[in-house]
Amino acid sequence: MTGLLRPRAMGTPLERRDGWAKVTGTAPYAFEHPASAPLYVHPLQSEIARGRVKYIDAHAAEDLDGVAAVLTHENAPRLATDSDPELWVLQSPEIAFRGQLIGAVLAETPEIARHAAGLVRVEYQQERHDVVLRENHEALYAPDVVNPSFPAETVDGDVDAARPEVVVEQTYTTPMEHNNPMEPHATMATWSNGVLTLHDSTQGVHVMRSRIAPVLGLKPKRIRVVAPHVGGGFGSKGTAHAHNILAALAAQVAGGRPVKLALTRQQMFALVGYRTPTIQRVRLGADRGGTLSVVTHDVIEQTSTVQEFAEQTAVGTRTMYAAPNRRTTHRLAALDVPVPFWMRAPGEAPGMFATEVAIDELAEACGLDPIDLRSRNEPAVDQATGLPFSGRHLAECLREGAERFGWAERDPAPRSRRDGDWLVGTGVASATYPRHAMPGSTAAIRRHDGRYEVRIGAADIGTGTWTALSQIAADALDCPVDDVRLEIGDTDLPYATVAGGSSGLGSWGATVVEAARRFREKFGTDPDDGDEADAAMPDNPDAQRYSMHSFGAHFAEVRVNADTGEVRVPRMLGVFSAGRIVNPRLARSQLIGGMTMGLSMALHEHSVLDPQFGHVINHDFAQYHIAAHADVADIEAIWLDEQDPHSNPMGSRGVGEIGIVGSPAAIANAVHHATGIRVRDLPITPDKLLPG
Amino acid sequence: MNPFDYERATDAAGAVAAVAGNPRAMFLAGGTNLVDHLKLGVSAPELLVDVSRLPLDEVRELPDGGIRVGAAVRNSDLAAHPLVRERFPVLAQALLAGASGQLRNVATTGGNLLQRTRCPYFQDVTTPCNKRLPGAGCSAIGGHHRDAAILGASQQCVATHPSDMAVAMVALDAVVRVQGEDGERTIPVAEFHRLPGEEPERDTVLRHGELITAVDLPGAAPRSAYRKVRERATYAFALVSVAAVVGLDGGAVREARIALGGVAHKPWRAVRAEEALRGAVAGDDAFREAAEAELATASPLTGNAFKVPMARNALVAVLRQLTGGTR
Repeated sequence: MTGLLRPRAMGTPLERRDGWAKVTGTAPYAFEHPASAPLYVHPLQSEIARGRVKYIDAHAAEDLDGVAAVLTHENAPRLATDSDPELWVLQSPEIAFRGQLIGAVLAETPEIARHAAGLVRVEYQQERHDVVLRENHEALYAPDVVNPSFPAETVDGDVDAARPEVVVEQTYTTPMEHNNPMEPHATMATWSNGVLTLHDSTQGVHVMRSRIAPVLGLKPKRIRVVAPHVGGGFGSKGTAHAHNILAALAAQVAGGRPVKLALTRQQMFALVGYRTPTIQRVRLGADRGGTLSVVTHDVIEQTSTVQEFAEQTAVGTRTMYAAPNRRTTHRLAALDVPVPFWMRAPGEAPGMFATEVAIDELAEACGLDPIDLRSRNEPAVDQATGLPFSGRHLAECLREGAERFGWAERDPAPRSRRDGDWLVGTGVASATYPRHAMPGSTAAIRRHDGRYEVRIGAADIGTGTWTALSQIAADALDCPVDDVRLEIGDTDLPYATVAGGSSGLGSWGATVVEAARRFREKFGTDPDDGDEADAAMPDNPDAQRYSMHSFGAHFAEVRVNADTGEVRVPRMLGVFSAGRIVNPRLARSQLIGGMTMGLSMALHEHSVLDPQFGHVINHDFAQYHIAAHADVADIEAIWLDEQDPHSNPMGSRGVGEIGIVGSPAAIANAVHHATGIRVRDLPITPDKLLPG
Repeated sequence: MNPFDYERATDAAGAVAAVAGNPRAMFLAGGTNLVDHLKLGVSAPELLVDVSRLPLDEVRELPDGGIRVGAAVRNSDLAAHPLVRERFPVLAQALLAGASGQLRNVATTGGNLLQRTRCPYFQDVTTPCNKRLPGAGCSAIGGHHRDAAILGASQQCVATHPSDMAVAMVALDAVVRVQGEDGERTIPVAEFHRLPGEEPERDTVLRHGELITAVDLPGAAPRSAYRKVRERATYAFALVSVAAVVGLDGGAVREARIALGGVAHKPWRAVRAEEALRGAVAGDDAFREAAEAELATASPLTGNAFKVPMARNALVAVLRQLTGGTR
């Protein structure tokens, strides 16, 4: 990559350009777009986990005043193809998981729709279901690839022949977890003049369109997706889910009226994806000096019978540490459960919980400081690809963090610090996350009214795209940010890739920079009104020459109540290497958000799937515990002052996910330091630390 | 959610008459629990009688130094009331440990006593639950029962009562004042809620149409404390909780009034522990013995067995704190 953009707007902590609209409530979210005389959709969900619908009696619902229609598999419009089984909605009576969509009520108000839904009587032919992931599940198989396209297995050297002096071999588990963005998944669908418009809460308008178009049998240009503001997604809004198709079907029978569908919090636990539970066997072998000779990471996880989603749990391990003998494997069981999907740092977040706790155990076994142990095993090149890193600054992150955190004063012995009724401990863990760049975006720039209109169908899911992409455009055009008028969040704009995998700003930014370069080439610095240029994201030859990853070092202090086992986290510090930070204010917000989610993952989050029924029983915010304000004290995120000259013209690498990776392990390691108890199964709840 | 009629009562007698006259009528106060139940289909009343604006929102001093708390007093107001903070710290702490700031701003004293279990099966109408539908079966016993009872449960129901406030009130010997069609009566809070037995659908001894008008807190309990053990620091129901009022005589315990939360179908008055403590020398040994005496009858399920040592440790910690002891 040549020609790094000169930062002027970039690097400044510009406030959110959409902040005023958001805090005053004028920024429209999916459900809030004005619509004339909409109908409201309330979904019907299966109450069995496997079998078929034998009979649906909707008469009582249909007879209710205000009910426009009750859709079931018997009367729903036909879809074009079943090649995308998650989206094959209301086309058959077969049921593959509890909570699957089996119908919907359309009514004049949400209240009538909900009431009517309760009047629909369904008879099932129920079959025995299988919803519990087990280490020895008879149906385990090796997927062809893991998300998005990594090999499921890798082997280097001979892990069985190696004879390490010190071995740590343990099983670590992480539970099913659910994305719970503040804005529930919601969509408004309108058929008008042969065009279906979806106002949707999505991480990618074009991605949404290209996934649903074939299912609906429509040419993409007959679908418009609009999403100017999105209240979070964490991956769950990274593509279409069944409710999007349900809304489209409902709009088809609504006689031209718009339909509005907002999933309830409870419904989201079955319909919008989740993080698979994992059972991870990690084996680390080293000499007494801590030099690794063996690293194995064998992962068991689940998918649905509807559609395979194989999470890439062990891929971080392939890059992280040097060892001559290494193996990673993934095995899946297809169960009668909802379809798993992306949740912030799928793969790396649960995977590095296991390996970074194992490293802490190895450090203890070798009598080494865990930072020293990590530093001793720094690879010269990416172990997964053999390529040099565009920048691997993990050791600097660890060093910088140790200094700021006061690591040197730590007594490494467990249970060595106590403050009244609280045992105090500290822990550290590393993090890595790949720099993804998604090809395919295009951007257009037009001079209009003394400003530059920058048009690209990118998404702002709360990360700050409206602001940060404007900063990039301003630097690319060499103009003040106020001269940039950004347009995003609409398929009428040039194609943009998904806001996922921490790839958004880097991919769209590179595209906008290229469009700006073209614009200046064509029109110079004094363009005329109406001058316009566009460009696609250029190829980056460095992508084949370098391994590009972000890195981070997490430090956590925990307090564990000596009587009750309650865990509180008074202090966290993350030091990151993520290339250039485009907007420090927004990046900090994303990083501490990721760290908070990591704290939440370490201590709280657990979707409890009831084996009797096959659904998540703690499906609301009172029962599914997410870290609340009182759980989040002093969280600090800082970063190395750097730029990645190989990543993109901004020199950036993305900060959406690196914050969560590693932070649960840092907390688990700190809990061990505080108590002497090694918890290998998330979440770390008081019962696991309770004195007898 | 089913359609329902709504009336706003202007006086207690009118409210009582309106509900008593319709077996499918319910009182609505803060609505923090009932409105959820309407949406979830757990409750489907025909008529809601709103009592939140009745003139029952005062805290008054009683001649014995105690206070009378009107049924419509908001949880946040009660927690902040100077008389409560000064004389009944256990109650102020319990109130502030409950729910979230937003919920405490609308939740009422009467409604808090009447809130229903948060057992996930009770709240999910797609699963069997004897409390919701008598005879349907209990899904929690063979399912997820981390939050279930360890004391006083039955084969019919293992649900716990969720209130923090009520646990403190039991330790304070508080008395509920209720108004029915036949006039007023008083019920000690300790006898207000019932164990599930064969009728888990009945949470309390209230009769249909009886309205809580006030709660009386006798005397004062300056040496008192509430300790709630939970996974996160706020907005979580108790795994276990302890309310304790202690009177000391030199180094000995003169009297102790103790209630446990999160362990039973009702706030659990720990009479065995109180008995064991009477006259004992204050210290971890005596506290531990008392706690073990109380929990000797515990019969946990596999998923909530941890509550037994947790309740014991929490009780010891609270007594230690109240007596100025060290571990």
